[in-house]
Amino acid sequence: MAAAEKKDDKNNVVAKLLGNNLTWSVVALIALIIICTIVDHQFLNLSWNDNTGGLAGPLITMLQESARYLMIATGMTLVISTAGIDLSVGSVMAVAGATAMQLLTNGTNVWVAILVALAIGLVIGSVNGVLVSILGLQPFITTLIMMLAGRGIAKVITSGENTDASQVAGGEPLRWMANGFILGIPANFVIALVIVIAVGLVSRKTAMGMMIESVGINQEASRMTGINPRKILFLVYAISGVLAAIAGLFATASVMRVDVVKTGQDLEMYAILAVVIGGTSLLGGKFSLAGSALGAVIIAMIRKTIITLGVDSAATPAFFAAVVIIICVMQAPKVHNLSAELKRKRALKDSQKAVAA
Amino acid sequence: MTDKQPIVVMKGITIEFPGVKALDGVNLRLFPGEVHALMGENGAGKSTMIKALTGVYKIDAGSITVDGKPTQLNGTLDAQNAGIATVYQEVNLCTNLSIGENVMLGHEKRGPFGIDWKKTHAEARKHLAKMGLDHLNPRAPLSSISIAMQQLVAIARAMVIDAKVLILDEPTSSLDANEVQDLFAIMRKVRDSGVAILFVSHFLDQIYEITDRLTILRNGQFIKEVMTKETPRDELIGMMIGKSAAELSQIGAKKARREIKPGEKPVVTIKQLGRKGQIEPTNQDVYAGEVVGFAGLLGSGRTELGRLMFGADKPDHGEYMLNGKKVNIDSPYVALKNGIAYSTENRRDEGIVADLTVRQNMLIALQAIRGMFNPIPKKEADEIVDKYMKELNVRPPDPNKLIKNLSGGNQQKVLIARWLAIQPKLLILDEPTRGIDIGAKAEIQQKVLELAAEGMGVVFISSELEEVVRLSDTITVLKDHKKIADIVNDDTVSQATIVETIANSGKEA
Repeated sequence: MAAAEKKDDKNNVVAKLLGNNLTWSVVALIALIIICTIVDHQFLNLSWNDNTGGLAGPLITMLQESARYLMIATGMTLVISTAGIDLSVGSVMAVAGATAMQLLTNGTNVWVAILVALAIGLVIGSVNGVLVSILGLQPFITTLIMMLAGRGIAKVITSGENTDASQVAGGEPLRWMANGFILGIPANFVIALVIVIAVGLVSRKTAMGMMIESVGINQEASRMTGINPRKILFLVYAISGVLAAIAGLFATASVMRVDVVKTGQDLEMYAILAVVIGGTSLLGGKFSLAGSALGAVIIAMIRKTIITLGVDSAATPAFFAAVVIIICVMQAPKVHNLSAELKRKRALKDSQKAVAA
Repeated sequence: MTDKQPIVVMKGITIEFPGVKALDGVNLRLFPGEVHALMGENGAGKSTMIKALTGVYKIDAGSITVDGKPTQLNGTLDAQNAGIATVYQEVNLCTNLSIGENVMLGHEKRGPFGIDWKKTHAEARKHLAKMGLDHLNPRAPLSSISIAMQQLVAIARAMVIDAKVLILDEPTSSLDANEVQDLFAIMRKVRDSGVAILFVSHFLDQIYEITDRLTILRNGQFIKEVMTKETPRDELIGMMIGKSAAELSQIGAKKARREIKPGEKPVVTIKQLGRKGQIEPTNQDVYAGEVVGFAGLLGSGRTELGRLMFGADKPDHGEYMLNGKKVNIDSPYVALKNGIAYSTENRRDEGIVADLTVRQNMLIALQAIRGMFNPIPKKEADEIVDKYMKELNVRPPDPNKLIKNLSGGNQQKVLIARWLAIQPKLLILDEPTRGIDIGAKAEIQQKVLELAAEGMGVVFISSELEEVVRLSDTITVLKDHKKIADIVNDDTVSQATIVETIANSGKEA
């Protein structure tokens, strides 16, 4: 009896694990790492680089790249939870990067440059927020326009140049942010992780998370409970803007150069994919920051896999899409119920045969 | 009658949700040419049973036989193919399409150039005529007819597939008496054509008027199948709630009136409060411990006045006084801050936050007025949730369940708990007992009386005059977006008094 119960418990735990999105994300991440290790036996190797004062190896560069995805995926998660979407994050990255690089070349103090870049992210996010929350425009359209406008703004800031600040003195803090190390771990990854955890703590330890979800599930019912849905909507777009600006700093500071066309290009899609892999529904409602963070790391890992496998550059988008689809299929509840379904169908056929006989 | 073969036999149906058995070995037989009612309280498993029969839920054990053949229903399409048609509680038609398009949706007549709309509409007219709805123009938009008519159209639509079984899940909850008779006329027509009808309603009068056979469920278990004619009401209620009817009748008596002492100040006074097109400028006092009933037909302005008093809609006229002080109630947040709460009649769209838990739904209003970054301490939250789960007898007693998985009556209790958690001075309840069963209804009515006795001002809005008369101290009668009378509810007042007031005011005007 007791043994049977124990087995039952075990089955429950397994079922719960299989039904959990996070489990499948972890499985996917490990699978990608295994594939890479098979192709490149050095993949898991870590060495200590005395010049940089940190670890080095393929996994480390992967983490370095994941930092920017972590930032935009976190903002995107909050926005999507309110049943919205922020297509402007990639362009905001370019604007923030352009701002920082341009100010540096103009001789501005690096800390001022960073603050101004973040402030500009906040401003663009706030404009999105005002348009969506107060004017009630559709998030897709609003942020699509901002996505197009953002590229233009970035070009205006740099006068159309791809501003290069790599030769400018005084940019060290920014450079360190992208390429430096904290206790041997990439600084940008550590900073990103700290921010993700901070956003997670604030949203779950206060009522912010619940209210964001509530607005995403049912805006009118939320209003009737005294929540101000406009305030919530404004807040998530503003947060998304600031986080995208941080991502822009990570992306540009690694080479100390902004490319007004390529910086942040397509990254809004990566952010959305990371959120979806993390298990937050595009219809809004419940969100999982941990899931999105894992999703962001998986995105970076897929890109690393593409390089490691030497996938032809023409085929990379297709490869990328295929991997994401496989992960989404693994997560689908219908797939989990497949075996039970087949069993039931067989039982029914048998019973029909019995009646016929 | 006994030699008839049932068209549907459901045997030993068991459905488990994570943590609960929603149904446990339930049987149901539907006979052709009979109206069969599924009876039970909220949470008894009626909706789950219907969803099993319509293929929405998969059964975990038991068998379903349709026309003598074991059948697996894996989706609504399977159910349709098996001849099972459903009209849900909330009409699910497309209001932007024409009546005919709605009737024929998915069964349009085709010609050489795609859909032949002329033929389709002619066919629609035929189907409508079969239901006695020949006065409807199939080309008129569905939104041009009343909700009640839309429901009848939904039945016509369901019968297009030559259904053998027609399921009507609480079709009468938003209909008035005449509309119910129209519906019953159609139900009889459908029944006489040999269709088995499965009917769910919370109105006992309707059950006794239209049904032939009853299956009673309680807490997901099968209690009994009986013939309606052979079952007295008290026996039926007893089976449904597992209690004697005598226990229930205690609160059936009219509430003793709370006398307003001379010189007493009202909690809330509105002066000429109004909003164009919704409610004309209205005066109203609500005293502490008083229950003010709002009576009137659908569209009389009773809901609009309630919403205005809560700031859900912004008034464009008039004054609002709270304990003698002027306030500007222009949003639900301000109303709640000032201790005014409003429980909506539209539970699904404006009440519950479906994907949040019972606990979150209970605490959300209190949290909103405290502020986003000022979380309710866990201990206090636990106490509030625990208190109201018990006080209002919310079932299942697990606050961490998603509220969407609760039955209507229990959702309503959670919403009332949400408003009580802010300790309101004025509680406006809009149709708090609509669409919920006798047991939960009695509990909610009892709670209203208790709250008033504790000194809360209550506005009680209901389309059921019986409960308005029984619970209220004063009755405000509304008609055509206007308050037409204040009735002091003494022993001489009955439902008839209100009906007369409404009828007579029309004549004078």
